[in-house]
Amino acid sequence: MSYVGDVATLARKDLLLELRAKETLPAMVIFVVASLTIFHFALPTGSGEVAAKGMLWVALVFTALLGLNRAFVAEREQGVMDALVLAPTDRSAIWAAKSIAVLAYLVAAEVVALPAFALFFSGLDGATVAAVALADIGICTVGTLLGAMAVAARARELVLPLLFLPLAIPIVVGGVGASVGEGPRFLLFLALYDAIFALVAWASFEYVVVET
Amino acid sequence: MTASEKYTAAAYLVVFVAVLAYVLIIATKLQRLEREVAELVQRVRERG
Amino acid sequence: MSVVTRRPDYDGRVTANRLPLIAGATVAAMAAAIALVFFYAPEDADQGLSQRIFYFHVPLALTAYACFGWGAWKALRHLWKRVDGADLESYVAIHQGVIFGALTLLTGSIWARISWGVWWSWSEDQLVMFLVLFLFYCAYFMLRFSLDAGPARANICAVYALFGVVLIPISFLAIRLSKQFIHPVVFTRAGPQMTDSQFVTFCVALFAMLALFATLYSVELAGKRLDARLRELRELLA
Repeated sequence: MSYVGDVATLARKDLLLELRAKETLPAMVIFVVASLTIFHFALPTGSGEVAAKGMLWVALVFTALLGLNRAFVAEREQGVMDALVLAPTDRSAIWAAKSIAVLAYLVAAEVVALPAFALFFSGLDGATVAAVALADIGICTVGTLLGAMAVAARARELVLPLLFLPLAIPIVVGGVGASVGEGPRFLLFLALYDAIFALVAWASFEYVVVET
Repeated sequence: MTASEKYTAAAYLVVFVAVLAYVLIIATKLQRLEREVAELVQRVRERG
Repeated sequence: MSVVTRRPDYDGRVTANRLPLIAGATVAAMAAAIALVFFYAPEDADQGLSQRIFYFHVPLALTAYACFGWGAWKALRHLWKRVDGADLESYVAIHQGVIFGALTLLTGSIWARISWGVWWSWSEDQLVMFLVLFLFYCAYFMLRFSLDAGPARANICAVYALFGVVLIPISFLAIRLSKQFIHPVVFTRAGPQMTDSQFVTFCVALFAMLALFATLYSVELAGKRLDARLRELRELLA
């Protein structure tokens, strides 16, 4: 089978599982709306639109973490990870498929979150949506790799946020900068982040899951 | 000493103390390793 | 007593032990650096005595970067060429990097206190950079300690170390960009171009720091290798 075919098959498997189980996505949606609500109460009056935009990005990062935590849970709980790695496919196809699945969850959650944000706080412009789209790619590619690392670790739910948050800092900088309207260079920066880290993640996934 | 001198001295002191602390940790480790080696030598002797 | 003594490497090869040489060089370089800093370098017109902190602060920062770079290089050697022991060397280098990074943050904080009266400043690129890296590499240790020893741990940590060096330039860019929308605090680091004598002092201090890294690295590595040998011996005797 071709590489693209492998990725498509694996991604389809994950999405079908989620469609049947309906565990991760509803939780993410409720979490992000609840977070936005809390942020309304957390921001003192007169904080302004700019602070609210910043809070949107915090909500997105932590919602993504929720989704990433769940990304490999099925493989972990049923010990399927080893079988997956033995499959006659390029290991990085596993990474690509997982990233696509997590991306799907995240985008689905954002389809609810962004209008909710526009409703609760101030408006939403094209730059913000573009920034969110670019940031999603970065979050999912890097987060999936880190999720695979965390699979092997003991305190998984603790380790993944620790690994993810430092790497999420540039994403937040790019995202907030673009949302607040500081110019297209922030979108370019997000694209650069995506390109570089996706490449590194793709190249190194093999080593994360193989034992030798 | 002026405040400036005090803080400058503090900065250098911090680095100095950090390195010495490191030496202390290594020394402790060395003690433990010596004890282990002694124990293993004893075991080999008992083996005959 | 010869300066260069033989010790068996842990896979049996016999290599020269350069530790006494490196340590000696470090002592000499450190002594020279401190002498130059306090007796030779001219007093800064704007900042006075406190500017001398820079002669340690900046070399500490550069050495920390060197530590992380060396750690990433060893990680690459482990993943690519499967070099024996590269994983341990990578771990020790990163450990040293975190120590030097912490010292960078401490000395930077003290300098900020003198210059501006605050213990922290978000407008100091170096400080923010090291905070991000510190967080990243502390997570490295959390990762390492939550994995059981073995080839999996070595591989995963090596990949993470490589992510680290990729993060360094990206973070640097991010911090620069973020100053546009984070409310800028108007503090400037005073200082014209370094005079010759200042530059010489700086170079000696930098060399001394790098030598210090080399020494501590060799010592820690020797300690860890010895640990591994003893464990092996214990297993053979059990």
